[in-house]
Amino acid sequence: MADVNRGNRPLSPHLSIYRPLYTMILSITHRITGVGLALSLVLITWWFLALAVGEEYFEFANAMLTSVIGGLILIASLWALSFHLCNGIRHLFWDAGKGFELETAWRSGLMVLAGSVLLPVAVLLLARGVF
Amino acid sequence: MGYRTDRQRVEGLGSAKDGTTDWWQMRISAVALLVLVPLFVFPLARGLGADYDAVRAIYQNPFNAIVAILFFITILAHLRHGLQEVIMDYVPGKAMLTFALLTNTMLTTLIGVIGVFSVAKIAFGG
Repeated sequence: MADVNRGNRPLSPHLSIYRPLYTMILSITHRITGVGLALSLVLITWWFLALAVGEEYFEFANAMLTSVIGGLILIASLWALSFHLCNGIRHLFWDAGKGFELETAWRSGLMVLAGSVLLPVAVLLLARGVF
Repeated sequence: MGYRTDRQRVEGLGSAKDGTTDWWQMRISAVALLVLVPLFVFPLARGLGADYDAVRAIYQNPFNAIVAILFFITILAHLRHGLQEVIMDYVPGKAMLTFALLTNTMLTTLIGVIGVFSVAKIAFGG
């Protein structure tokens, strides 16, 4: 029967037997940033809830999010969001069957990295007038 | 193995039969978020750290309020499917997996509802 040897079969993928490539790092980073952004969303939703609850509570939530630690978390979130968005576009191209050639995947990965740095700079520059 | 025929053993097994729905939902929400995320992030980046009345004014603007509500609805679907994929890859055992999936559905829905409710309350001036 088909399920006779189910428990002993080797499981794929054997990631550890491959030489680490930077595209592999990008791949797992997509997942890590996705999970991390869930936590960022909790913070942002809390901020909205506080805004709906009233002035006093909002001042508290707002002060927490714009404190040094809060600010660092938000900057990190902005980078993670930018990375996830850019790499998400890369994934949509792959879903359409395009960009699988090694050289293309390598280059699109570099574009994702560049975008993940440039987009936060653009947001901070345009929306906040920082720099 | 009992006396069941091969066909009976196979029936009802196999795929959960809605894998393509999940996959497709993920892509639809991803494309929608490509538009919604920038529209959501810019007013948010202006609002964070601003004073109470200024931030309320941002989200009493109908455009910003509608974008924010669309964002929360769409991110709810995207986040739930995304986390579900991660949970199914890493959480071992049927009991643990079921618990994790239930928790995921409830918490992501809670976040989405809190977000939509908050923006609506602000937008309607309550």
